[in-house]
Order: sequence, then C-alpha cells, then structure tokens
Amino acid sequence: MSTLGKATSKLPLFIFLTPILLWLFLLIVLPHIDLLRMSFRIENDYGDMVWSVSNYLEFFREPIYWLTFTRTALYAIIVTFLTLCISLPVAFYITKVAPPKFRGFLSLLLLMPFWVSELVRIYGWMILLRESGVINHFLVEWGILQQPVEMLYNDVAMTMGLVYTSMLFMVVPLLSVMDSLDDSLIEAAFDLGSNMFTIVWKIIIPHAMPGIASGSIVVFMLSLGNYLTPNLMGGKNALWFTEQIYNQFIASFNWNQGSAFGFLLLVLSSLIIFIGLRLTNQKLSKVVQ
Amino acid sequence: MEVDLSVKSVSKRFKSFVAVDDVSFEVEKGKFFSILGPSGCGKTTLLRMIAGFEEPSKGAIYIRAQNMANISPNRRPVNLIFQHLALFPMMNVADNIGFGLARRNESKTEIRKKVSDILERVNLPGFEAKKIHHLSGGQKQRVAIARSLVLDPTVLLLDEPLGALDLKLREQMKIELKKLQMEVGTTFVYITHDQSEALVMSDHVAVMNEGRFEQIDSPQNLYTKPASPFVARFVGDNNRLPGKIVGCNDGTAELQTASGEKLLIRTDRQLTPGVQAELYIRPESVILEPAQELPELNRLNVLVSSILFDGANTQLLVESPASDDELLISLPQNRQYEHISVKDRIEIGWDARAGNCFPLP
Amino acid sequence: MKKKVLSLMVAGGFILGLGSGVSAETLELLTWTGYAPKSLVEKFEKETGITVNTTFSNNEEMIAKLRATRGAGFDLAQPSQDRISSVQEKFNIYQPIDYTKIDAKLIVPSMLEAVKKNTMVDGKSYGVPHVYGTSGLIVNKKTAAGADDYTALLDPQYEGRVSYRLKRPTLIAMAFAEGKDPFALYGDAEKYEALMESIGQKLIDAKGLVKTYWANGDALLQSMRSGEVNVAMAWDNGGWKLNAENPDIDFVAPKSGALGWIDTFTIPAKAKNVEGAYKWINFMMRPENAAVFTNAEKYGTASAGAIEFYDDAVKANFQRSFSQADVDNIKWYPPVPAKLEAIEGKILDKVKASQ
Repeated sequence: MSTLGKATSKLPLFIFLTPILLWLFLLIVLPHIDLLRMSFRIENDYGDMVWSVSNYLEFFREPIYWLTFTRTALYAIIVTFLTLCISLPVAFYITKVAPPKFRGFLSLLLLMPFWVSELVRIYGWMILLRESGVINHFLVEWGILQQPVEMLYNDVAMTMGLVYTSMLFMVVPLLSVMDSLDDSLIEAAFDLGSNMFTIVWKIIIPHAMPGIASGSIVVFMLSLGNYLTPNLMGGKNALWFTEQIYNQFIASFNWNQGSAFGFLLLVLSSLIIFIGLRLTNQKLSKVVQ
Repeated sequence: MEVDLSVKSVSKRFKSFVAVDDVSFEVEKGKFFSILGPSGCGKTTLLRMIAGFEEPSKGAIYIRAQNMANISPNRRPVNLIFQHLALFPMMNVADNIGFGLARRNESKTEIRKKVSDILERVNLPGFEAKKIHHLSGGQKQRVAIARSLVLDPTVLLLDEPLGALDLKLREQMKIELKKLQMEVGTTFVYITHDQSEALVMSDHVAVMNEGRFEQIDSPQNLYTKPASPFVARFVGDNNRLPGKIVGCNDGTAELQTASGEKLLIRTDRQLTPGVQAELYIRPESVILEPAQELPELNRLNVLVSSILFDGANTQLLVESPASDDELLISLPQNRQYEHISVKDRIEIGWDARAGNCFPLP
Repeated sequence: MKKKVLSLMVAGGFILGLGSGVSAETLELLTWTGYAPKSLVEKFEKETGITVNTTFSNNEEMIAKLRATRGAGFDLAQPSQDRISSVQEKFNIYQPIDYTKIDAKLIVPSMLEAVKKNTMVDGKSYGVPHVYGTSGLIVNKKTAAGADDYTALLDPQYEGRVSYRLKRPTLIAMAFAEGKDPFALYGDAEKYEALMESIGQKLIDAKGLVKTYWANGDALLQSMRSGEVNVAMAWDNGGWKLNAENPDIDFVAPKSGALGWIDTFTIPAKAKNVEGAYKWINFMMRPENAAVFTNAEKYGTASAGAIEFYDDAVKANFQRSFSQADVDNIKWYPPVPAKLEAIEGKILDKVKASQ
C-alpha cells in the first residue's frame, strides 16, 4: 500500500517534469552537444570532414582572435567595475536615504528603460551622442563648442552604453543586500570614529559582498555576450568577441570555427568568474542564492 | 565636581511634532545617569542628539564645557551602545573592539593589547577570534560595551541595551553593568523604559514624558517623593484615589472620595479646598487589618478580589468604592495573613504621611 | 489533480499546435528590406488567397538560416546570383527551378540566361533574376566634389566623412580601384588571398578617415542627410533616394566600375508551398507590379516591360549617374567559389580589430 502511495504521489511530478526536461534537453542540451561536436570537426584538403582540435588551436595561433577576446574580457571587467561604482551609491540612496514612500517609484524609474528593447535604447543614445545629435546641437547653441564633435563610435561611448544596459542587473541584487543592512551598523561605525570612506569600505561593501558578486557575474556575462551595443555604439574600432563568432557563422560560413569560439567564450568567461570569486573569497552557491 | 555633560534648553522638532521640549540637565563626572520614560517620550531622540546623530532645533549640548554644535558623531568624545548593539557581523570580536582604535590610527600592537585588556575587563578573556554570531546574548552585550569603552569616551550613552535579553540575564547584567561603571569610572547616560533598571543602577534618574523632564532626582526620592502624578504612576506600583479637597490647614488636608470617604493627608504641598486631587498610596504602605489604636490612620473596608502569588512579591487585589480601579496591596509572606482568601471583606489602612497627593490642574 | 492533468494536456496541445502550423495557405518569404512592398503583398493576397509572411535579411544571414534548417522554413529566398552555386554545392539548400513554370516573356532574356548560367550546379539551375543594381559611391557634391572613384574612400581630404560596409564588396571594389581584377583570381585562392591581404592593409592604414562602418542602409542615409558623411560606398538606389531630397547628393558610378549584382528568386530545398512560390515570382515580374517596386525602391528589375511604367524621375536617375561608358564598365559579380568567404572574413576581422 505504501509503495503504491509513493508511486502515485510521484507520478504527477514526472508528468510535470517531463515537458521541462524535454524542453531543456531538446532545445538547450542537444544543440550544445551538436555545437560541441561541430567545434571538433574541420574540412581537410580533400573536402571531407574530419576530427581535429585545430579550430581551438586557431584561437591561440591567430593573435587577432585571442587579442579580441582579451580586449572583450578586459572591457567587460571595466564595465562591471564601473557599473558597480555607479550602482552602489544608487542602491544606497534608494534603500537608506530616499523617503520610504519614494522607494518603489525610484526602483520603477530604474526599470523603465527596460520596457523598450535594447536596440531602441541604443538608437536613443545614438540620437543623443551623434555628431548631428541633440547634445552637440545644444553645446554649439550655447557656445560651449565651436564645432560639433563626434561622441559616438569610440570605446568611451561603448563602455557607457554597456554600463547603462547593465545597471539594472547590478542595482537589483544590491538593493536587496542593502535593504538587509541594519542602519545602526552604519551609525555605530560613524559613532566609533569612521569617516564616510571607511564606512563604505569596512561596513557597506563587506556586507553587500554577496550582492556585489552576483550582480558582477551577471553584468560581466551580459557585457561579454553583448553584440548590439559594442557594434552600434563602439562602431569601427570596437570588435567584440561575439561579433567574431557571428562573423564565423554568418560571413565566413565556418560553423565549426564559430562553435569552437563559442565554447572558448564559455570556458574562458567561466574561468574569469571563478578567479574573481576566489580573489574576493566568495562561494558560488552563496552568491546565486 | 566636574560636569561631563550639560544639556541646556534643548528642543527637537520634527515638522509639527515636538519630540524633545526644552530639556536641561547636567551629569557629573563618573555618575550613572538614567533617563526613564515610556516609549515615544523622546528619550531616544535626546540620546541621539547627545551622540550627534540629530541636531537640536534649539538649545545646546556641552561635553566637558565644549559646545557640541556642528560636531559630527565621529568627532564627539561620546560613544553610543545601540539598542540592538550593532556589532559588525562581518568582523570577529577583536576587529569589532579594535574598530574605533584603528580609526584613530593606533598601531596594531597597541590595538591588540588594548583589546585584550578590555576583554579581560568585561570577563571575556581570549574571545578575540570568535565570530559575532557564535556569541550568546550576554556575551554580545559585553563585546558591545567593550567596543565603546576601549575608546575611553567622556560619556558613554546606552540606548536600552538590555531590552533584548531574557529576564534572568537582564537582572544579572544590571548588576554587572553597575559594577563595571563603578570600576571604570566613566560617565554613563542610560535610557530605558524599565524603571527597575533605572532605579537599581543609577545615581540620578530623569523621568521623561512627552518630551519633557518631569523630575530629576535620586532613585530613592523618585520613589518616595514623586514630583508629579506621572512620576508617581510610572515609577513603581501605586494606587490612585481620586477625590476633592474638602479641608486644609497647616500641613494637613482632607480628601473626599466620590463614595464619600474622607481621607486625611499630611503633606507640605499647598492644597486649596475645592480642587480635584489624586492621592497615591504605594502597595507596601498599606497595612492589612490595622490595630484599632493606631492614630492618624485612614481606613477602608474592601473586598478581596484576587491573590497574586509571586513569592516575596505576592500581592492582593481588592475592590473599594473609593476607587474605580482595584487597589494593589503587598502581602507579606510571614504567614500572618494566611487566613485571607478571595471574597473576604477586610479592613485596610495607611498612615496619613504615607500618601502623595497632587492637585489636578 | 484532474485540473492539473487537464491544463497539462492543453499546454501539450498548444505546443503540438505550434509545430503543425496553421491551415490557411501561406507563403514564407525570405528577402531583403523593401523587396516585398506592402501594396504588392496585399494585391497578391487578394488575387491568390495566399497569405504572405516576410522575413527581412541579407545574403549571409539568408544562407545561414537555410543552412541551419537544411532548406526548410521558407518557400522562397532571394540571395544574390553569385552566392548560389557554391553554397548549393556544399550545403544543398535549394531545389532546381522548373523554368516551364516561369512566364519567360516577363523576364529580360539576357539576364535570365546569365543567371541560369551562374547558378548552375550539375546541369541544373537554381535562380530566376528579380532585381539588379550596382554598388558605387554616394557623394555629397558640395563637400566632396572630387570623389569619382573608390579611392576617395582612402583620401585624407575626406577625413572623418567616409563610410562603407565592412563586407566583401568593399574589398572587391578597392581591388578594382587598384587596377586589379579580383574576379579573375576567383579560381586561385592563394593569389586572391594575397591580393585581399594587401587591400585589407590599405583599409587598415586609412581606418582613421572612416566615420563608421555602416551596417544598416537607413542609418547610412541618415548620416549623409545630416552631413556627417560625405562619401560612402553604397547601393545606387540609396543615392537616388537622397537626390530626390537634396540635389547635392547623388549616386556616382566610380571610374573603375560600379559593381553589378543581381538578386534572384530561389526555392529552398524543403519549401512547403512551391506552387505559391512560382505564383509570387510570376506576379512580381509582371511589368506593372515590377514598376511599382522600382518606383518605390529605385532599383532596376529584370521584368521585361516594366520600363514603360517607370516614373520619369526613375528613368532620369539612371541616365544621370551612368554614361554609356559607365554601363559598359559595370563589373558583374561572377559566382563566388567556396572558401573565398573565409579568407575575406578573416581580413575583414583584422580591419575591424585594428586600432
């Protein structure tokens, strides 16, 4: 009787899990396995497909690829850091300084840009920043500039665009850790002789560390995997690693090389996150809670 | 005697709400000063003004004769023990205690030595490396006090730090805290809503109500000579008998209750016939079944409604037509009154000098 | 519990429903922006009762999409004629065109023959010509009067006012401007690579002059309109559209030859509505319909009689930009052999990556 009871109680679970597992397997795992297989295949001189690791070796052999990756990773780290620097005070202001009745409204304001698609947001920035754009128009109008200057198509514009796109993903986890920070800890530190800097450094940041780590992982991954912002705002100089993957798939028809790059991106970015967690003494299981 | 803290006509307004209303007092060096009041009376605001977290709307605060206006909390020679202690959970005990010293850029060896000394002093030797969340409530309490005391503040402010402890521990910490204060000789300003904490530990107590100080006095005087009905009610248990003054001459007065009893009062207070007044009698001032020959004794016939057994603090609740509320009477546990049981009619009495009578405005 | 099972079945049914598609006859069209004007789609739907769904794309993405599904998901695609044969050989994503189902009278015979020849794999042809046009220069004559060849894109006097696509036509155009013939090297991958390397280096050296590499035609037109860009390599129709707004801006056929392309109709290997696809081809090639398209988009069409229906302005465009010598000098893309794209891709990556 008891075993029968157990079996029937598990049946609904199976029924519900099956579509999810099928979904995961068919749409996520299976294509990845195929991509992984593809990444180890190359066309030899006779036009036949054979097994090889040369797609992976190509990444290290050709400076343009690993240099692009290094550049991409470096900028993603810079973007993550800048996003953190901006988001910390924002989260602090919303949770600790702003009157409680405005908190919901302020959080909503942060969310608002995300009601439109990324593409629209970027075009918005481009309208503002371009040489014939809104900002230049006013700067010339007010006599601050003689000639309009191009503010788009450089790394600064691209970094700014990426920070803007990522901010929400940093602020949200920070809001929840800041919320759990007892105000009296800050007052106590103040009372014991701290200035603002040591309060931030010794109390707020250590307390917010799990939120900082989880926000940073998300922002880093999003920036590293972004395609539109570097391409449109960074313009001619900003080759992003994702664009190289796209080019391999689309322009060069080399899906095998593209798959290998895709897996390298996955492995190398995971490695960077692993190192980051190690350096800040965080545990992944705690961070993702 | 040197004055460590002097508060002069301080008021604090939050928009239309007056939290602290023209409060003045002085605390002498090395004294244990308590501010006692119900929650919402403004005592925390007053404390936060002394600590520097709030600026007074009016008035001034002096510490060792130095005006504290526009001096931020991190530059004041006072430290605050928070209600929930506010120990830093991300640091161990030594780092918590050494936090303030490190802010003063003291050397690492100096800090280590001071931390170990103060831990010794609060009876937690060798606790340096412990994590905060591994400490018991009492240990946390001591670490919080050590964290402030190690900075050797002129005045240590304590914001109901015993509130979160259970009763037994609270009784124990009360005594410990008083002893510690006497040992270190630091001036303590302690706020609480618990009159027993204030009475047991303090040299002087200020009773605060609705933003104002009702009375500043020694614990004994507060208890025996309350200056206002509020103090009489708030400090210790008291029985209230409302009535009208019907007679008055040279140190004595007569109060007539609504039910017609006339009660004799000996007091220095000026009472004019015809005014409404309240007479307060402590439970322990009431004599059960008084002997007939005792002079100047007010007597009432009452009905015993319940007996509240609590060991040495056992009390009787009795009903009398003289008061709308039940009267509370201490019942000595010397077996003399064992025969009294619920629903008995008994006689009670009290000396004319035992009560405190206040005319109502 | 019953309720849960029921909702599960509903959900399951929904997923199945997505797979099986809708019952009404549809035509899935994979094409370029502007190639299926709304008015023509509505007219076609009225005539045939077939619903047309369009997906806009470009050559590379069309091929990638069809390759991913092995030729399924679309009934008609419109790649350029030079990008068909090698792709077909390698990935087998199209099906041969049954030319008996095409109304040959509607199509300019020389173009039909050329496309048949260029898209031939194993004796079967895979394309029907639809639209033709050229890539050349769009020039603002007021600020860049001297720009008459692709070399203007490397000319320091236009610093910061130059734009082009970082795609293969740019490499090929630059090679012609150098006096080389890249099409002649199509058969020799090594020599071709060497040529393209040298062109890539030129682009890297002159990278500082570039405003940005454009990717979206409308964005380029906006940049030219606002004066941010004065010389650009782009399609002729863009220049002609701008000329209608601002006579200073016009399409210029470069001295070393405009690059001529023909976009085609092809039928993917696993097309569901092949009959519908032929109906669409014949519909679009009818002179009056083809002219509607040309008048709107300014591109030429392979429709035989359409010229009668052209607006005067459209006729004038061509005469203004192309002398007879320019027409003779148009370099028509031959079919691209396999592997060249990978060579070009790497060089283009290098150009983009350089600082």
